[in-house]
Amino acid sequence: MNKTINNRAWFLVIPVVALVAFNALIPLMTVVNYSVQETFGNNEFFWSGVTWFEQVLRDDRFHGALGRQLFFTGTILLIEVPLGIAIALTMPKKGPWVSVCLVLMALPLLIPWNVVGAMWNIMALPDIGLLGHTLNELGIDYNYTRQPVSAWVTLIAMDVWHWTSLVVLLSYAGLVSIPEAYFQAAKIDGAKSWAVFRYIQLPKMKRVLTIAILLRFMDSFMIYTEPSVLTGGGPGNSTTLLSIDLVKTALGQFDLGPAAATSLVYFLIVLLVSWVFYTLMMRNEES
Amino acid sequence: MAKVTLENLAHTYFNRADGAAEWAVKRVNLEWADGGAFALLGPSGCGKTTLLNIMSGLVHPTHGRILFGERDVTGLSPEERNIAQVFQFPVVYDTMSVYDNIAFPLRNRGMAESEIATRVAEIAELTELTPMLKQRAAGLTADGKQKISLARGLVRPDVNLVMFDEPLTVIDPHLKWVLRSKLRELHQRVGTTMIYVTHDQTEALTFADQVVVMNAGEVVQIGTPVELFERPQHTFVGHFIGSPGMNVLPTEIDNGKAVFAGLPVEVANPLSGSADGKLELGVRPEFVSFGTDGIPATITSVADAGRYRIVDTQASGHRIKLLVDEGEAIPAQDTYLRFDPGQTRLYRDGWLATEGVAR
Repeated sequence: MNKTINNRAWFLVIPVVALVAFNALIPLMTVVNYSVQETFGNNEFFWSGVTWFEQVLRDDRFHGALGRQLFFTGTILLIEVPLGIAIALTMPKKGPWVSVCLVLMALPLLIPWNVVGAMWNIMALPDIGLLGHTLNELGIDYNYTRQPVSAWVTLIAMDVWHWTSLVVLLSYAGLVSIPEAYFQAAKIDGAKSWAVFRYIQLPKMKRVLTIAILLRFMDSFMIYTEPSVLTGGGPGNSTTLLSIDLVKTALGQFDLGPAAATSLVYFLIVLLVSWVFYTLMMRNEES
Repeated sequence: MAKVTLENLAHTYFNRADGAAEWAVKRVNLEWADGGAFALLGPSGCGKTTLLNIMSGLVHPTHGRILFGERDVTGLSPEERNIAQVFQFPVVYDTMSVYDNIAFPLRNRGMAESEIATRVAEIAELTELTPMLKQRAAGLTADGKQKISLARGLVRPDVNLVMFDEPLTVIDPHLKWVLRSKLRELHQRVGTTMIYVTHDQTEALTFADQVVVMNAGEVVQIGTPVELFERPQHTFVGHFIGSPGMNVLPTEIDNGKAVFAGLPVEVANPLSGSADGKLELGVRPEFVSFGTDGIPATITSVADAGRYRIVDTQASGHRIKLLVDEGEAIPAQDTYLRFDPGQTRLYRDGWLATEGVAR
């Protein structure tokens, strides 16, 4: 076989290699570098192999943070996805109210994350905050700075308020793209509204819902700013999610080795779950 | 099953219906006989889909009534009318199997599963879907999906009417013919009234016993394919049906005779009364021939269309086409044209000028 070998073609991929290197590989490799060494002052490094990884994976603190993270992500997905679909279903499909609804829905998404945290922090203050004060006036014992349950409720309410819109907008986009003929056919077939939802709207929304769930999973799994501003991980460690825990280790205690190992494990979890989820959804699509 | 009557039907999609141009359907009176195979033919935007949706109940007409038999169904929902409709783009429930798709309308009506099984088997046999019953509907080709749509319609007992809205649009050309003859055969077997909406004259003329031609929201002619061809009621029908379409030429009445290019022309429907309105002569290219005298014309082009040739001529500034059979000689550039008197007709304001006969 006479194959022309033209090595100059490799030059063409240099821009992409450079981009990926600066964008992902080099920063990631510095983290890998820290994760396998013991670091001392004066830039002294000692090889430590997988010690940090073993330590992190056995660490109760990491387990706790991971558990809280999974609980948080699971809860907000369970609330935001059905709620988002429900709101999208009630939105008008045409007419002047469409733009009004879309703008209203987009508003929370436009607010900077730390502002959202600060807003809810102030609003939920038990003594002067609108929400906190009202709840206490109603006889509900609510204090997010002291009670873990209150803190969790506030945290989840804040995320639902901030991000349900994303699910709504994506679902809505999926809904309006369904050709009218499907609804007409369903009418002729005598389908009730539940059947229309179950057999037409939901299947047609599958693609956008996959994206919505994937985005919400990744974002909520990596969430930092809002809970950090709202509760700072407290009371105690009760709302310390993975990212907050990581920042505490890395910047609070300056334990670079364990922090780097935690980062990599964290990254691999996100990658793994996203990959599994995506593969499952796509396989389902093909069959 | 029953005959379907449309009474003074009109529809507009706009609320302020003062201008005539805004009517999607204007004053349609029609009767679809029970068990017939009909085609509703017209160009895009002529209102045929609106008319279809009014019959199926998806659109509520602005004016008029729809009767199934003697029963007024104007206010009834599509489900209550018990009709079936096959849409331009195949509508199947993607997540269901072919079987579940066909069973869906029956399940919605709460039929017993055992009864559903027999019905579905019967209809699947009829539509040749039996081998695919267990497959997922999403995996079928476009023609398979259209068959599912059709089967979903036919599976219900006592369907009043089956309507097709340009059902072959997304079908591969070589399958169009197969599916069309299949529909024809199916009509003969089930005997349900079928209405086939299309802008394709071949589809309409091969499917239907009776063709309803629509233009700009109005029914311009109802007739068998032969009637539409031989006796167009409107110049539009002459244009639209036949390939190439009818020659339409301006004319005047002089001494009770139609005149074209200064010469009198014999027509099948001579006008005796007034000669108001815009008068035109209509003659199909099939009924124009070359002669040694008659209307002087110049040949501008000849196109070979297989068994015949289409000859383009100019006569006193107007384009006249004629068909010449294979093997027949075509004269030199300057020649004379003859119109078959039995097939040349006079039209007034577009409509066939026949006194005393309501259009």
